[in-house]
Amino acid sequence: MHPLCFKPVVIAVRFSTNQAYSQYAQGDIQNGPPPMDHSMAQPPVCQPYSHGAMNLSGPHPSYPQQYGVQPSMQQMTNQMSGMQVGSGPLTSAGPGYAPPPSSEPPISAAYSAAAPPSYTQAPHPVSGAPSQPPPPSEPAAPQPYYDGPPPSQQPPFPSSSLDNSPSHLAPSPAQQTFPNSAPPPVSQALYSGPLPPPDLALSHLPCIPCPVPCRPAPSQPGPPHFHSGPLPNAPCHPLYVPAAGQPPFPLAPCSSAFGQPRGPQPGYAGPQYPGQQNYGAVPAPTPAPTQKRLDPDSIPSPIQVIEDDRANKSSEPFTTGVKGQTPPLVTTNFQVKDQGNASPRFVRCTAYNIPCTADMAKQSQVPLAAVIKPLAMLPPDETRPYMVDHGEAGPIRCNRCKAYMCPYMQFIEGGRRFQCGFCSCVTDVPPHYFQHLDHTGKRVDCCDRPELSLGSYEFVATVDYCKNNKLPQPPSFIFFIDVSYNAVKSGMVNIVCQELKTLLDYLPRENPEADSVVRVGFVTYNKVLHFYNVKSSLAQPQMMVVSDVSDMFLPLLDGFLVNVNDSRMVIESLLDQIPEMFADTRETETVFGPVIQAGLEALKAADCAGKLFLFHSSLPIAEAPGKLKNREDKKLVGTDKEKSLFQPQSGFYSNLSKECVAQGCCVDLFLFPNQYVDVATLGVVPVSTGGSVYKYTYFQAEMDRERFLNDLRRDVQKPMGFDAVMRVRTSTGIRATDFFGSFFMSNTTDVELAGLDCDKTVTVEFRHDDKLSEDTGALMQCAVLYTSCSGQRRLRVHNMAVNCCSQLADLYRNCETDTIINFFSKYAYRSLLNTPTKTVRDTLVNQCAQILACYRKNCASPSSAGQLILPECMKLLPVYLNCVLKSDVLQPGADVSVDDRAYLRQLLSCMDVSESHVFFYPRLLPLVKLDGGSLPMAVRNSEERLSKGGVYLLETGLYLFLWVGANAQQELLSNIFGTPTFSQIDPNMTSLPELDNPFSQRLREIIDSFRSQRSRYMKLMVVKQEDKAELIFKHFLCEDKSASGGASYVDFLCHMHKEIRQLLS
Amino acid sequence: MREWRVAMATYQEFIQQNEDRDGVRFSWNLWPSSRLEATRLVVPVSCLFTPLKERPDLPPVQYEPVLCSRANCKAVLNPLCQVDYRAKIWACNFCFQRNPFPPSYAGISDVNQPAELMPQFSTIEYIVQRGPPNPLIFLYVVDTCLEEEDLQALKESLQMSLSLLPPNALVGLITFGRMVQVHELSCEGIAKSYVFRGTKELSSKQIQEMLGLTNPSATGPQGRPAAPQDPAVTCRFLQPVHKVDMNLTDLLGELQRDPWPVPQGKRPLRSTGIALSIAVGLLEGTFPNTGARVMMFMGGPPTQGPGMVVGDELKTPIRSWHDITKDNARHLKKATKYYDALANRAASNGHSIDIYACALDQTGLLEMKCLSNLTGGHIAMGDSFNTSLFKQTFQRVFSKDHNGEFRMAFGGTLEVSTSRELKVSGAIGPCVSLNAKGPCISENEVGVGGTTQWKICSLSPSTTLALYFEVVNQHNAPIPQGGRGAVQFVTQYQHSNTQRRIRVTTVARNWADAQSQIQHIESSFDQEASAVIMARLGVFRAESEEGPDVLRWLDRQLIRLFMFHLRRSPFLQVFNNSPDECSYYRHHFVCQNLTQSLIMIQPILYSYSFHGPPEPVLLDSGSILPDRILLMDTFFQLVIYHGETIAQWRKAGYQEQPEYENFKHLLVAPVDDAQEILQTRFPMPRYIDTEHGGSQARFLLSKVNPSQTHNNLYSWGQETGAPILTDDVSLQVFMDHLKKLAVSSAA
Repeated sequence: MHPLCFKPVVIAVRFSTNQAYSQYAQGDIQNGPPPMDHSMAQPPVCQPYSHGAMNLSGPHPSYPQQYGVQPSMQQMTNQMSGMQVGSGPLTSAGPGYAPPPSSEPPISAAYSAAAPPSYTQAPHPVSGAPSQPPPPSEPAAPQPYYDGPPPSQQPPFPSSSLDNSPSHLAPSPAQQTFPNSAPPPVSQALYSGPLPPPDLALSHLPCIPCPVPCRPAPSQPGPPHFHSGPLPNAPCHPLYVPAAGQPPFPLAPCSSAFGQPRGPQPGYAGPQYPGQQNYGAVPAPTPAPTQKRLDPDSIPSPIQVIEDDRANKSSEPFTTGVKGQTPPLVTTNFQVKDQGNASPRFVRCTAYNIPCTADMAKQSQVPLAAVIKPLAMLPPDETRPYMVDHGEAGPIRCNRCKAYMCPYMQFIEGGRRFQCGFCSCVTDVPPHYFQHLDHTGKRVDCCDRPELSLGSYEFVATVDYCKNNKLPQPPSFIFFIDVSYNAVKSGMVNIVCQELKTLLDYLPRENPEADSVVRVGFVTYNKVLHFYNVKSSLAQPQMMVVSDVSDMFLPLLDGFLVNVNDSRMVIESLLDQIPEMFADTRETETVFGPVIQAGLEALKAADCAGKLFLFHSSLPIAEAPGKLKNREDKKLVGTDKEKSLFQPQSGFYSNLSKECVAQGCCVDLFLFPNQYVDVATLGVVPVSTGGSVYKYTYFQAEMDRERFLNDLRRDVQKPMGFDAVMRVRTSTGIRATDFFGSFFMSNTTDVELAGLDCDKTVTVEFRHDDKLSEDTGALMQCAVLYTSCSGQRRLRVHNMAVNCCSQLADLYRNCETDTIINFFSKYAYRSLLNTPTKTVRDTLVNQCAQILACYRKNCASPSSAGQLILPECMKLLPVYLNCVLKSDVLQPGADVSVDDRAYLRQLLSCMDVSESHVFFYPRLLPLVKLDGGSLPMAVRNSEERLSKGGVYLLETGLYLFLWVGANAQQELLSNIFGTPTFSQIDPNMTSLPELDNPFSQRLREIIDSFRSQRSRYMKLMVVKQEDKAELIFKHFLCEDKSASGGASYVDFLCHMHKEIRQLLS
Repeated sequence: MREWRVAMATYQEFIQQNEDRDGVRFSWNLWPSSRLEATRLVVPVSCLFTPLKERPDLPPVQYEPVLCSRANCKAVLNPLCQVDYRAKIWACNFCFQRNPFPPSYAGISDVNQPAELMPQFSTIEYIVQRGPPNPLIFLYVVDTCLEEEDLQALKESLQMSLSLLPPNALVGLITFGRMVQVHELSCEGIAKSYVFRGTKELSSKQIQEMLGLTNPSATGPQGRPAAPQDPAVTCRFLQPVHKVDMNLTDLLGELQRDPWPVPQGKRPLRSTGIALSIAVGLLEGTFPNTGARVMMFMGGPPTQGPGMVVGDELKTPIRSWHDITKDNARHLKKATKYYDALANRAASNGHSIDIYACALDQTGLLEMKCLSNLTGGHIAMGDSFNTSLFKQTFQRVFSKDHNGEFRMAFGGTLEVSTSRELKVSGAIGPCVSLNAKGPCISENEVGVGGTTQWKICSLSPSTTLALYFEVVNQHNAPIPQGGRGAVQFVTQYQHSNTQRRIRVTTVARNWADAQSQIQHIESSFDQEASAVIMARLGVFRAESEEGPDVLRWLDRQLIRLFMFHLRRSPFLQVFNNSPDECSYYRHHFVCQNLTQSLIMIQPILYSYSFHGPPEPVLLDSGSILPDRILLMDTFFQLVIYHGETIAQWRKAGYQEQPEYENFKHLLVAPVDDAQEILQTRFPMPRYIDTEHGGSQARFLLSKVNPSQTHNNLYSWGQETGAPILTDDVSLQVFMDHLKKLAVSSAA
């Protein structure tokens, strides 16, 4: 357990009411640093955001209007006064920054001295026994977090603060990014030589040992972002925006905060972890006569959190044996050792410590959900789930709840029976499975059997698990190529046909040595369908045209689905001829419904499951079932009727997808639209069948070829299962109640997936239906029955055990914000179908406010209402939530089409946590020194972090941007682009020139490795500063105000604070 | 008595001469001059007309016929017209309109007459220029639910036929089984076909849309002017033989049996109905009113979709007469209606449909017969495509005449004009009504009536229609002595060399007062023609009415005629013949010419023996003798029957011994004669070589007059023939009965 997890974040910001307006007014106008400089005329006491208590008093009213009414002056006054009150007494202040987990020295002043003891005392918060006082012998706990020397070795204060510094250095990238302003210090700060300034600062303000160097000192006229200078004098606490005269103020609270941890705290339920919450509380400074703008560096930095986690958790493998422990973040590279729970690569939960009762859960509003990626690909150094064969009788299961044999089955009566960990039912062990127990009650073969020792494994399914009690056939892939005018003209047809010739050699297979058993078929279509007979015995393929699209049928049986190797000559001849045949087509109309029907019929006729690849270009307006009309109506956007744009036009495709799922017919759709194609409707079948939608708007062969081909290659090759059913079983007390993802459900428990590939996740929400016990915890077993690409029927089982808690604090300490955001966004995006967008947004904000308010009320030490106190695990919730709210789906800009929104909406529904993370909070890398194997540290997504002299790489999960500052160094440009001149850079390039210099090589390596991490190929766009295209790029700088009206991070945080305060009052 | 003889000789010559020249045979060659008298004659004034009777001696003229200018007459100038050479005016002999000759006739005089005015050109043929020449079209519709061997044979026949087609003819291919495939013949590389579900009925418009035959500019990119019909588009499915010869040969070569599995106990699913509707729709859309021939080859009954004749369950047999009588034939009415509608569509576009049905069981000809009957198509019926019967028949469709031209013509219309005293009641033959109203239509409809024009989609030189007239002249308005009634037949058609031609036949007969000249009228009676004409009427009725009713009607009408064999023929008797066979026989009966029709009614029996040259003998059981070889020609069958003794000799192999060469010659003689018949007969008759006691002998035994049966025991054991095991009455009994009736007043 890492201390940081315990730490609440307290951010204190003070404003005077009257200035608040102007402050925000500024904010509205500018995102950039300048205002900050002004507002921070006084160096605030720096505290790391990590524990910051933010005193957001009255000012928020001026927060972007969309957030509702502004409080009256009276309210504001009240708030202010409350703030003062709250801030006064407790305020743990400074210490919060530091991870010191639990028992911390009461005396803040003695930080240097105290800190070490706190480590010793501080139990390692490690999951299992949070309730126990940390054994003194466990100094190591903080270590991983700090990535520094063991606590015992911690140097006296100054150095310890340095050790800590990484965690506080989040802003430091900013320094890097602006090398011009203060290069030397930057590097120092980064590489963490002891910095004089911090020393000074710390010495002066020992209780606020914070990343002084990294924080811009606004008051200084000098370089805006980095000042070592001012710090000594007035170490600024980023979280504060105190009045100039108040530097000492934090001190007192600090000490008090430290002193109080063990005391009973109002609202905090248990005495067990007294210290931990306290950290968060930072005293709100007394209201200052002058108002400060909230310093962006003072608020929680995603980069910092990511870097901290990476620093602390990537070195050692993550072992899953311990129940309830939170895995490393998705941004951290780590190895997993399966010791009884499913790897986080398969399952991630929003909380690893879930409330025992429904009431608690309701109170906290923290969603209980698991994001499951059942067929996730593992890195090469981790073993894929073992295959278990229980023989003819099939997998051993509980008699009652049918849970599969797993490590949580308790063997009793000498091994003759076992008790189910889910429903407690006792089941006889079949004779062939009998094994003796050892003295601890474990089966002696425990370690030899994956199903008794691992979190994830597979069973060989018997014929009982097959459709119609018949072993399945190998699946088939059918390619449907739109050959209408637009498709041909865009070059798509040509590219697909060319590519398929080689791609067919890479059909999925389990044994890399053997040929794939997947059979293939080909169809082209415009408003009629052309089937091809590619039987191996034919000299030439034969085309069979079906014009009767109103009532689709399969015109041929033999020779449609073939083995690639047998029919290679015919297939190649076909793929050569298709582009020629339709080169002069004048047919512009297409059908869509009949195309899927045809695939479905083909699979039915072949009695197998399979996947349809549709390459489609336009709105299907030809007379046929599933014909669509153009209903795009921008006027609906923003109204209560907006939701209709996300709903399918008719029930046709829903019904069709039902049939597809029944047959195991998965549909992948590649769209090449030049105008509205109604993604919301066309996507229904792919989304319901476990398929994917790929969209290449305004596809141009030369520009988009690479991206499309890489997507296609991956899509064809990726391992997947067919005709799958997923069932999530839980221990008594909770129940899986809701599911999100690309699938179909005909009842409330079975998730049916016509296809399930390695990139697809299913998100499951759990709710209580009874009490849980702290002793047993809660179990979850996700079983996926599927047909492999070789036609074998299998069951993949993932088990996950989590702890149960009766204290809310435990819940808040074991949450994973990334997963929560993943869940929230899925929930919100789905709600769009039935709820006006505004309501969805309000609900989101409200729920987050409730979560945080609940924490504040129940877990944080009493403090001024003016303080914003965030649980450590959730300190990024506001920033990420803001990103969700600002996403194109929930808050579209004028240039975002309905199709784009529908596309993103569907795309998100099956994203895993790492994809959703980068999707909402893109990764922005400054391209400075690229030597060595490590990546440069990312910077926060804000324009003010960009230096005109730099080049940055931004990864959004869907795109890569290479932003080039107008004053970028010539050497840099030469290294990257081969030209030293900014103006000579071609903004239309889609790939970087291959230059023979280490920088270029490394950059391209990085880009390649980024691409390989994502399920979709990211197109590279070069954006030159001040160029038109920069607008698109800026859209992804999600901490800034967005062009579409999205709030900046700072503004939103204030708004959240207001919401929380309203809930608390 | 003498006079009678003379008259007889005269009339026989007259009839023969008329037939040779005009292809016309009237039931009466003197016409009773009033309606009343005509009605009394029982056999109406009527004729058999063979529009394209081969006339090698008749060179066509290369100009347009001259028409009467009266709007509702339009009769063609003919030798019976009165001509005023000086005034250059001619009088129409039908409506008496006086018409000036066209300018091109300025030079005529009584010594310089155009051909159409010369009496010997009562039949004349004009070649006219009307629009661009239309190619002939052959659309093959091929069933693929065949046994491998059958399919192979059929494929070979089809491939062979490509070489027989006129090189510029358009050819198309539709195959069907569970699905229907329309093959595109124009494309290189990939073989393309359009596939249709076999169960779904589509309108002609839908079919054309689905085949992409509608004008593409309607749906094409905006702003393009409507391009003129691109022949390449319209013809994708119908291409000149010389262009796609190789392509099509390969295509046929690669043709596979229908790939869909046929479960045990099921018939293959055969979408014949849809295949035909697509064929008809395709031609309708691309080549309306152009001669085209849909040639359908089927190896079994339609089993699905519209036009289905029997379900796919083998345990449910195809309908029999028994089922039909009991109204147990589920699909009969629906299917018949369906094919009827198709046939009418095809006919109205001038396309004809052939059916080549080869299967051991019935194939649904009963339901489908109208396809051919109404469109002038052929029906051939055989056991397998791998028989010479089919192969020869199919080959003979493409036979050529002495000019090297195909013996087929397309898109014919026949228009009949009559003198005022005569009206047209109707026609029976391979034709449909064109519903052309005119002054000479009788209210009394016989056969296809109510019109003066009929469409005959496909014509061969032997195609013969029976036309029925009514004398409408009232008894109290006698026609002056020597008055003549005239009938003009105008046949427009597309010659196989793609020329449009018009053949005009104008005939006239004298009116006679039945009271004073009854003997003359009697002597002008053409027994053969009448027999065929009345038989056609009987068959026509039999098609639409219940069998026994027709027999009763026939008995009432024809009691005075020798219709013994007709009564027993499959045309009227369904016993012993399946519904399909009846349909087949009837089809041929109503389109063949007189000679062939007579053979069908009363088969010919020749006897070969050592006693003398071959001689025709009575079709009687008495003719079956042990030392004779019999050759029977029923039109549909050729039976060589070896008498008991002959059979024994043959078995003993005497013919191999040189000293019995005469026996060998005897054996060979009927075979040679049969070959001669086989050479010319269309469709190929079933050739049967059998002997006394052979199972195939039933073909003979069922035809002969059962003068000796197991019932008239006295004849047992006599040397004079073979007894027939039947309950049918013999001719003797029939005649006795007839005599009785004839003298009784009840008749």
